[in-house]
Amino acid sequence: MIRVENLLKTYGKTVACNRLNCRFEERKVTVILGGSGSGKSTLLRQLTGLERPDSGSVLFDGLDLSRASRKKLFEKRKKMGMLFQGSALFNDMNVFENIAFPLREHTKLADSVIRNIVTMKLEMVGLRGTEGMMPSQLSGGMMKRVGLARAIVMDPRVIFYDEPTSGLDPISTGVIGKLIRDLNTKLGITSVVVSHDIASSFRMADKIIILFFGDIIAQGTVDEIQNSGDDRVRQFITGSPEGPIPFTRAEGNYLEDLLTDTGKTKGNRT
Amino acid sequence: MTLDAAAFLGRVTLNRVQILGRSGVFLFLAVYHAFVPPFRVHRLIREMEFIGSKSFLIVFVTSLFTGMVLALQGYHTLTQFGAQALLGSAVALSIIRELGPVLCALMVTGRAGSAMAAQIGIMKITDQFPALEMMAIDPVKYVISPKILAAILSLPLLTAFFDVVGIMGGYLVGVPLLGVNEGAYFGKMIAAVTFGDIYGGVIKSLIFGLLIAWISCFIGFSAEPTTEGVSRATTRAVVVTSVSILVVDYILTSVLL
Repeated sequence: MIRVENLLKTYGKTVACNRLNCRFEERKVTVILGGSGSGKSTLLRQLTGLERPDSGSVLFDGLDLSRASRKKLFEKRKKMGMLFQGSALFNDMNVFENIAFPLREHTKLADSVIRNIVTMKLEMVGLRGTEGMMPSQLSGGMMKRVGLARAIVMDPRVIFYDEPTSGLDPISTGVIGKLIRDLNTKLGITSVVVSHDIASSFRMADKIIILFFGDIIAQGTVDEIQNSGDDRVRQFITGSPEGPIPFTRAEGNYLEDLLTDTGKTKGNRT
Repeated sequence: MTLDAAAFLGRVTLNRVQILGRSGVFLFLAVYHAFVPPFRVHRLIREMEFIGSKSFLIVFVTSLFTGMVLALQGYHTLTQFGAQALLGSAVALSIIRELGPVLCALMVTGRAGSAMAAQIGIMKITDQFPALEMMAIDPVKYVISPKILAAILSLPLLTAFFDVVGIMGGYLVGVPLLGVNEGAYFGKMIAAVTFGDIYGGVIKSLIFGLLIAWISCFIGFSAEPTTEGVSRATTRAVVVTSVSILVVDYILTSVLL
């Protein structure tokens, strides 16, 4: 479905994706795991064509998104859905209008048909009856579910999830996890999930890719990851502060920093 | 030290030129998309309602008092030369040529320009632009183009309204209050105002409309994606747009006269 080859993306001196190679299989749930700053969100933006890599390619259904024209990219986007971290609902539209929006823009369906489709999608995420509410009236978990309903309204073949469970309470986390799994098993939708939530990832994933500062340090099934011998993988899945992944990102000599005014604190105020 | 200063100057200049270039590309894309299907007429109407019709009250009040104060000031100056009869033409010419387009544009900047920058900044913070992208909808075409078109269409209409109300404001003060002859007020006005004056006012207001939407939208669009960034962008949009209007007004006047 999606194949990433030699993907390189840098921001200034930071290497966010360091020549990555990986595949996202059709009809499977693939979870990209990693800590903050591991480059997982960057990878997601390259996978969706929201950003273009410095070099390497992202093959989506045979089309290289990193070199595709805007027109061809938009053609493929109609087969993609995305759930954003903050849900990205349009705050000047109510729930119904938000979900109906892609249909209104891309199809010529009659209003009655649109109404039925929206009702069905809302039922899927368990929020039928909230059509008239504005995004500001919804809780975080509800916003994610409305965002999910909007992402699936065009019946995409792939859905990308950016941190679908971050900031949610345990029950909402469970609900979202189950929805992702259900969409995959019932509708055969390929899913790509970016997350740092180990427990929910293990429950929903067919395949896991672990990123560490721009490198893939492990990929495989849940079993393979759980039984991995790599210390970094072990530390990440147990969440231990001790191990090869350092807690501190400090640079230079500590004693020197304490004793001399290096001027690092100046000039930060604007 | 001098090298540092030179480097600083170079950096600032490059930075400014870069911003200018980006805003040019931004405007080009927005205008290009305004003329390429699919057209979203409902978006245009919505923006015109926001930029145009919702500005009516503020434009009404501003123009009324502008006309009134012009008549008051003009009367006191003109009586020194015994030329009160020229009051009508003095009020009409200042309003139609200068104050109408400029004050109207400044009021719309304060009302709609700041709102545009804030709205676009918030859409950016909340990932609504990438969301549009992911739905295969061009964000510039969907959000920016209608705003620019609506501002260009609304400003001349608002300015015309400003002119009429302003002249009536001048009439209210000049004729019933200060005792200028009614026939002279309108007669001299009709004799003095040429089509070129009105034409110049329309040209100005069209360009100001473009400036308001372009600058405000661009500043909102390039806002830093933080709460502070958006609040700064809102202020900047008003300041930069207002100053640009006054500068461009001078340039336009020197060309049009």
